[in-house]
Amino acid sequence: MEARNILQMTNIEKDYFGNKVLKGINLNVKAGEIHALVGENGAGKSTLMNIIFGMPVIHSTGGFSGEVIFDGEKVEIKSPNDAMKFGIGMVHQEFMLLPGFTITENIKLNREITKHNPISRILGPALKSLDIDKMRSDSKKALDTLGMNIDDWLPVAGMPVGYMQFIEIAREIDKENIKLLVFDEPTAVLTESEADKLLDAMKTITARGISILFITHRLDEVMAVADSITVMRDGEQVDFMTNAEATVEKIAQAMVGRKVDRIVKTVKDENEQHDIILSIKNLKVDMPGEKVNGIDLEIKRGEIIGIGGLAGQGKIGIANGIMGLHNAIGEVYKNGELLELNNPKKAYERKLAFVSEDRRGVGLLLDTSIETNIAITSMQLQGKFLKPLLGIKGLEMKDEKGIRQWALGMIKDLDIRCVGPTQFTRRLSGGNQQKVCIARALTMEPDILFVSEPTRGIDIGAKKLVLDLLIKLNKEFGMTIIMTSSELGELRSICDRIAIVYGGKLEGILDPTDSDVNFGLMMAGEYSAHKKEVI
Amino acid sequence: MKSLWKKLIEKYGFPKVSIVIFLIALCMTAVMQNQHMPGLFKDSLVRIGMNGILVLAMVPSIMSGTGLNFGLSLGIMAGLLAGCISIELDLTGMTAFAVAVLISIPISIVVGWLYGWLLNRVKGDEMTVGTYLGFSIVSFMSIGWLLIPFKSPEMIWAIGGKGLRTTIALTDRYAKILDEFMAMPFFDVMLPTGALLFFALCCYLMWLFTRSKTGVAMMAAGDNPKFASSCGINVDRQRTIGTIISTVLGGIGILVYAQSFGFLQLYQAPLMMPFGAIAAILIGGATAKSAKISHVISGTILFQALLTISLPVINQMMPESNLSEIVRIIVSNGVILYALTKVGGND
Repeated sequence: MEARNILQMTNIEKDYFGNKVLKGINLNVKAGEIHALVGENGAGKSTLMNIIFGMPVIHSTGGFSGEVIFDGEKVEIKSPNDAMKFGIGMVHQEFMLLPGFTITENIKLNREITKHNPISRILGPALKSLDIDKMRSDSKKALDTLGMNIDDWLPVAGMPVGYMQFIEIAREIDKENIKLLVFDEPTAVLTESEADKLLDAMKTITARGISILFITHRLDEVMAVADSITVMRDGEQVDFMTNAEATVEKIAQAMVGRKVDRIVKTVKDENEQHDIILSIKNLKVDMPGEKVNGIDLEIKRGEIIGIGGLAGQGKIGIANGIMGLHNAIGEVYKNGELLELNNPKKAYERKLAFVSEDRRGVGLLLDTSIETNIAITSMQLQGKFLKPLLGIKGLEMKDEKGIRQWALGMIKDLDIRCVGPTQFTRRLSGGNQQKVCIARALTMEPDILFVSEPTRGIDIGAKKLVLDLLIKLNKEFGMTIIMTSSELGELRSICDRIAIVYGGKLEGILDPTDSDVNFGLMMAGEYSAHKKEVI
Repeated sequence: MKSLWKKLIEKYGFPKVSIVIFLIALCMTAVMQNQHMPGLFKDSLVRIGMNGILVLAMVPSIMSGTGLNFGLSLGIMAGLLAGCISIELDLTGMTAFAVAVLISIPISIVVGWLYGWLLNRVKGDEMTVGTYLGFSIVSFMSIGWLLIPFKSPEMIWAIGGKGLRTTIALTDRYAKILDEFMAMPFFDVMLPTGALLFFALCCYLMWLFTRSKTGVAMMAAGDNPKFASSCGINVDRQRTIGTIISTVLGGIGILVYAQSFGFLQLYQAPLMMPFGAIAAILIGGATAKSAKISHVISGTILFQALLTISLPVINQMMPESNLSEIVRIIVSNGVILYALTKVGGND
């Protein structure tokens, strides 16, 4: 029997200021099924969810086109409140719970059950008192559904994250009219056993006729519970399959697959003799949201190595850790000598330089001129661009002429489009800001250049220019470049090797010409497991 | 008309534009009231020379990222102490003033270092903590002035008293020593050339400092601490240096103020002094995040001229009132309030 569709989205299109992020998505969720939605970061999953929930960000940017049919009726969801009324619920990635309240109070928050008392009979329903017994029994029921055996009158504060996740779910299923529940990467913060329990609970929930839209990166979970799977990539719906048709490899390929335009035509010969310029041993970096849990990696002199992986898996943390911006432990050897960690000064002295992923936060002085931005690091750490005042040593003044000359040279070499070297960097476009950051790093004359997310927030034309620049630095000056990027296509277009990071650890190193399946599996952290099966 | 107003506000900031308009109105009223204009002009210049360095003291603290230095009273205390020591040493004239300045500097450095250490522990709340530290230190030194064993009969309470007086006359010591240095005649009054030159010299040195290696590092640390530390700049150290320089300037500033005023004012007198300096630099166009020497100069001129001219003008309009004092309080506190509402709100 064909189950009816609870949610049917047809031909959904959405653009943000001319930038198309959803290109005709069709999504059909049947009643009582678990429907998995997979895709890389930036594939458009969150935008689609925002549409389902009628988030203000959608309507304030011009709405969307396409049709949404919920429970057999065409609907317009204009606000999260509407979504709630229709019976759409969400389990958040970050827990939206009040820590000082008990479990019951959290579950029933703003939906408290009340009963009349003598005062409220006279002064109106606003003064009704809480029906604690009824609330507790309801909560108990919801918790039981999830297989959770816990006193519902305990405060939430101090509970393990797994419990908090379940309380969030209990709150949603306690709503009487709930028909569709969205789980946004619910297992990301859970331990393995907690995740298993959650998956079981999801099945219990669907058994009650509630549909689940399940967003995740973990492909084995998808295989374990999902009835049907929609894969998104770059705002397009690239594949739809049922559980029976799907394999992890197939999903992985659909997730990553794209044609790769290699800018560098030749991949460097594997057999070419290259000594190791940087060797990373068991590096652990405590960077919030991008934790690195012990990485070993050897970087060859003169290569462009890419570091890829999904957001939050720790790829960003590597460069930040080595450059001393976030607390790191482990050993890093440059040319065989140990590098002192947690000290940016030492890293620069050893001829490492860094172009930060947080361009406006860390990479630039926004209300300062281009020339000062370019010269400042070198001035402070290498004593360049300084001249003594009145011939007195120790009174070091900045050498305006020298800075100007150098900055003009850089502006010309890197083709920084600006009014002049004294223009504030805030007024530059993203691509030109990035070039200023690179110019600052180059002024340090590094052997190794770390570049994180070099093309984030830059338009397509400028992207190409930045990538070309990196290739030029590598080819003409023999600079070793370690490029971290969320855009796999970009890494595959210029890197010699690509290291994929998953869960704060190195999942593997791939050749840029390797198959999409391998990239997909590695990014989803399934490579080792599935490789073994194949062998 | 509306677009001109908008342009002006955008370029100079609301406080500066409105104060200029108010000042022009006052000047016109003064002319109509037949006030003694050369006298008002001289008085304005005296007050500018008197207060300028205290205003300048705000620049290093804003530059290094600790915001407006509401704890300037610390530097003022160091300066007052040095001024008393100089009298205790029985010095007079320029020597007395120079020695006072020289003594104040090491005291300010120690105090400033401790203050900087404290500010590095309360990042984000520097201005609040600074205000209360300033208030506390004024009260603490009120005890200090009584207990420090000064002997000079000019300073201690008369007739066998102990402790320092609330105001110590400098008439025989170094009153007007800068004001009268190279004083220039202007109509029937003398302009305080020396004090203005000294203010200009301090501004020039400060300007040079902003272009030094340390100055650039401090600017980076204040503008974007994350950027600075990623460049290997020790942000906390730059903040400490900024606080020390600010405190040193506070110490020198109060000595310049005292020589012009003719008295050392102890006990509760310095309590609200930082507020005047803060109001002045804000009127000049500075914010809690960025300040230039030009802000110091224009702000001091506008604020002090406003105070000087409003006093006789308003008193003639409404005698038997202290309306001019009320204007001073409204303007200085109003400007501070306006500036604080802008902190971090412009991004």
